Amino acid sequence: MHEMSLCEGILQVIEAEAQKQQFTEVKQVVLDIGVLSGVEISALEFAFEVVMYGSVAEKAILKINEIEAQAWCMSCAETVMINQRYDACPNCESYQLQVSSGDEMKIKELEVN
Amino acid sequence: MCTTCGCGSGEVQIEGHDHHHHGGRQDIHYGTGPAHAHAPGLSQSRMVEIEKSILGKNDEYAQENRRYFTDNGILTLNLVSSPGSGKTTLLTRTINDLKENLSLSVIEGDQQTTHDAERIRETGVSAVQINTGKGCHLDAHMVGHAMENLSPEKGSVLFVENVGNLVCPAAFDLGEAHKVVILSVTEGEDKPLKYPDMFFAADIMLLNKIDLLPYLEFEVAKCIEYARRVNPDIQVLQVSATSGEGLEDWYEWIKTTRQTRLIGRSDILSKENNLQKLVSV
Repeated sequence: MHEMSLCEGILQVIEAEAQKQQFTEVKQVVLDIGVLSGVEISALEFAFEVVMYGSVAEKAILKINEIEAQAWCMSCAETVMINQRYDACPNCESYQLQVSSGDEMKIKELEVN
Repeated sequence: MCTTCGCGSGEVQIEGHDHHHHGGRQDIHYGTGPAHAHAPGLSQSRMVEIEKSILGKNDEYAQENRRYFTDNGILTLNLVSSPGSGKTTLLTRTINDLKENLSLSVIEGDQQTTHDAERIRETGVSAVQINTGKGCHLDAHMVGHAMENLSPEKGSVLFVENVGNLVCPAAFDLGEAHKVVILSVTEGEDKPLKYPDMFFAADIMLLNKIDLLPYLEFEVAKCIEYARRVNPDIQVLQVSATSGEGLEDWYEWIKTTRQTRLIGRSDILSKENNLQKLVSV
């Protein structure tokens, strides 16, 4: 998708937090990335290294928690697991699904010095 | 390429917007002052809970834009599609057909050239071109800046023609009321499945170039079914910007959506009623 600009976004958040929380080095960055977020993990890892270069997070290790996608099936009245937005309910094959998680794109925590 | 502020990279150009200053990144120097000095061995590493959206900055700008649009009763439609779906043709036709009755303006997003904004200006409606340079989408910050040059009227309709791309613009909220996805029948009916994020993010799909259906193997019903698999709520209108077929429905949708959002806004509506009275006299 646009992993480079996502990393720019991550860096902005880190720099703002660095000022607020008074840290000068980031050792680890933990992200929550949903499988429906459209983020290509390998591209994100590549871009991360490039974008963090020369910043407080230059040496940071990137840890990504991949969040599974869940949806509420209107017909079964149950929460079901899906892999794609266009998936049918695995139980009843209805497409009346309301995605409830899996589109996360957030910075969970930072390990800092 | 910067997500929330195109200014840093020097790639983004907004017509009529030469420069501006940010107190952001360039002002922060870590470890230069004594208070920021990092003494090795003294500090222990700690975990800091952040829980912040990666696109949080964009979302903040989008909320600012949205507040402005709501305060001024402006209906903003974010037009998204792949390149060549006929977005600009549809938009110029829409403008020509509606400009007598509605106040309209346009923000045009493209990587390069001001061709599209020029096409829009030929209709007599004001337009601002944003060139994203290498960027693949418009973001809320660029739109905020474009507004400074455009200043749309209260109660007007603002069209934002996003960069032709069915992937990235899905993730970037611009503060719009609705994303309108345009799909042309020359593209294949399975586009909603191939690019589900965009069809999920949109509230309405315009199936364009339906005048070409006799020459193509395109199953309209299947395409709509695919779109609804991804987004059960999506509204679908079949149109042709060339023949004019179905455009009345699209115009009706714009007018009704605008009207619904203006319910209770007597400050804007009473002015319009007065104007109409003047015209009828």
